[in-house]
Amino acid sequence: MIRALLLTTLLASPALADEIWVTNEMDDTVSVIDAKTLEVLHTYETGERPRGITFSRDFKRLYICASDSDAVQVMDPDTGKILHDLPSGEDPEQFVIAPDDRLLYIANEDDAITTVVDTQTRKVVSQIDVGVEPEGMGISPDGKVQVTTSETTNMAHWIDTQSHKIIANSLVDPRPRHAEFSPDGKELWVSSEIGGTVAIFDTKDQSQIGKISFQLKGVRPEKIQPVGMRFSPDATKVFIALGPANHIAVVDAKTFEVERYILVGRRVWHMALSPDQTRLFTTNGVSGDVTVIDIASLEPIDTVKVGRFPWGAAARPSSK
Amino acid sequence: MAFQWLIGACAALVLATQTQAEVLRIDWIERQVSPPPVLSNMAAIPSGLGLDGARLAERDIATTGRFTGQSYDLHETVVAPDADFLKAAKSTLAEGARVLVVKAPAPDLLALADLPEAQGALILDAYAQDDALRGADCRANVLHTAPSYAMRTDALAQFLLKKQWRKLVLIAGQLPEDLAFTAALKRSLTKFGLNLAGEKTWDFDANMRRAAAAEVPLFTQDLPAHDLLLVSDEPGDFARYIAYNTWVARPLAGSEGLKPVGWSGVVEQYGAAQLQNRFREAAGREMQQADFAAWIAVAALGEAFTRTQSTDPAMLRTYMLSDAFRLAGFLGRPLSFRNWNGQLRQPIPLVTERAVAALAPLEGFLHQINELDTLGVDAPESPCTAFGDAR
Repeated sequence: MIRALLLTTLLASPALADEIWVTNEMDDTVSVIDAKTLEVLHTYETGERPRGITFSRDFKRLYICASDSDAVQVMDPDTGKILHDLPSGEDPEQFVIAPDDRLLYIANEDDAITTVVDTQTRKVVSQIDVGVEPEGMGISPDGKVQVTTSETTNMAHWIDTQSHKIIANSLVDPRPRHAEFSPDGKELWVSSEIGGTVAIFDTKDQSQIGKISFQLKGVRPEKIQPVGMRFSPDATKVFIALGPANHIAVVDAKTFEVERYILVGRRVWHMALSPDQTRLFTTNGVSGDVTVIDIASLEPIDTVKVGRFPWGAAARPSSK
Repeated sequence: MAFQWLIGACAALVLATQTQAEVLRIDWIERQVSPPPVLSNMAAIPSGLGLDGARLAERDIATTGRFTGQSYDLHETVVAPDADFLKAAKSTLAEGARVLVVKAPAPDLLALADLPEAQGALILDAYAQDDALRGADCRANVLHTAPSYAMRTDALAQFLLKKQWRKLVLIAGQLPEDLAFTAALKRSLTKFGLNLAGEKTWDFDANMRRAAAAEVPLFTQDLPAHDLLLVSDEPGDFARYIAYNTWVARPLAGSEGLKPVGWSGVVEQYGAAQLQNRFREAAGREMQQADFAAWIAVAALGEAFTRTQSTDPAMLRTYMLSDAFRLAGFLGRPLSFRNWNGQLRQPIPLVTERAVAALAPLEGFLHQINELDTLGVDAPESPCTAFGDAR
């Protein structure tokens, strides 16, 4: 194990291939997968209980929510070295980076707070009181609105990024886990794990314009628990991870109609698109692996073994 | 491809902070009981058992209320063992209590529910596990967030069946709670096609802290061959001294060893660690079944108040018993109330001192409506009629 880690450190280098980075919640590591060959290139150690994971917009830095270390860690993705921690507030679970690549919005699950950190000065800019157990973090493409969902309060809190004040609160079905803006910024999608639904809001006036529920043959409704969401590269579809239902739902982004369900590993959580936008990678917590889906055919094509309880996923393009 | 989507079915709720404040009064009413003496001196029952859970939930739902313009007012009435419970309950009702979370033994709970002034009130039983309260003695104004004995013992029986541990023996205590647990356990074994190869009654009066190593091997020597030893000792009196002192090396389950419980400090999956952290910080101890039952009772009221925007007990009750009600309880699936007897459907963790060994209902135990209904007496067998023809 130690030798393997040493080896990966020695071999570390700038990205030679498109990569998918996955946090392993129960192993305190991140796995780096070659998006083409599907080999695990590196496994780097992180703080305790890594969950949320995202790259800076220039891909020079990797941010990791090390929840039980109460830190957001900043990693050099070329070497796998932790450079420093950011002040994160307690128990950071998930975060989102602003389009300006500077401010990081962090959900502090145990404290009912959204913490805004400046990644350059490494200072807390603001803390915003939100509902109990904040988790889902989305930011509008223009960076003007950040949305935090709170799992036990069952709300999406709309936060103005100028004033860092809440401008609206939308009640959703129980246990909202993820918030995703459409690429054009006109819609906000919020998944409710226990409610088993996804609510869609018009970002102009925060009005609800749709609600999706799911039906899968042979799967009990209570097992259908939507969590992670991603828009397809052309924004015509939305991929929705259905947790213990072990499927990804493919939803038409216009009609909100479920087009198909793709079988993946057990308890699917989050997703990342390959930088060339041909493949979708899903983190399957219980089976400890990542399913690779071909986006053109919407078929699962392979499974990659990673660490225990893969949780979050982020993509980094080759620097060639 | 099956799909459905609804537009504005529940009119979109965009809640600004200026919504006018509405207050839901919730009354915690507790009948203190002097616990029976137990052998160990190390096992004091926490004084805030239950109430600590209710207080935490009130804080949780008050946070939600900040955003919806709703607030909560938790009144606490704790009646000493020798004081008049009904008198205290009556005066609380006279003061305006309409939504009650109750921690009291079954007779007190029933006496309260049957008061003329409690008709039209909504009572949540967050403590009493008696099966009769969900059956012949059910009341339309009482919902139960505490699991019944039958739900717990069904969970254990599912586990035994799954493991194919079919040779079973029982050592049973004689206190009223032991008798209730034993009766539920026997019913569960029958329900899942299991039976007891042997049974003994615990009637020692020796000090087992000193004598267990000498007495227990002899006491268990004449039990028939078994895979597992069941123990019924709900107050936690003797069973702790049986483990490792048995004649043959067999695991324990029931009130000791592998325990089916509504909650325990070792439950950590499905985000439960967050609730455990909040509770530990607030109460300075581990969260137990009665704490969770109180927490989820108050959380359920908060959810109903948020969705209905009503403080009317009848409205809250109707919503809580409806199909629309889905409660998040950190147990991996939505919780809901059985509309035919008011019992909260909930998974039952099977726990050891240090971990959750399994979470019932176990895979493979199926039900035509909801797998959670494989736990406890089901609608067709239930003698409860107070909920009308809901089934």
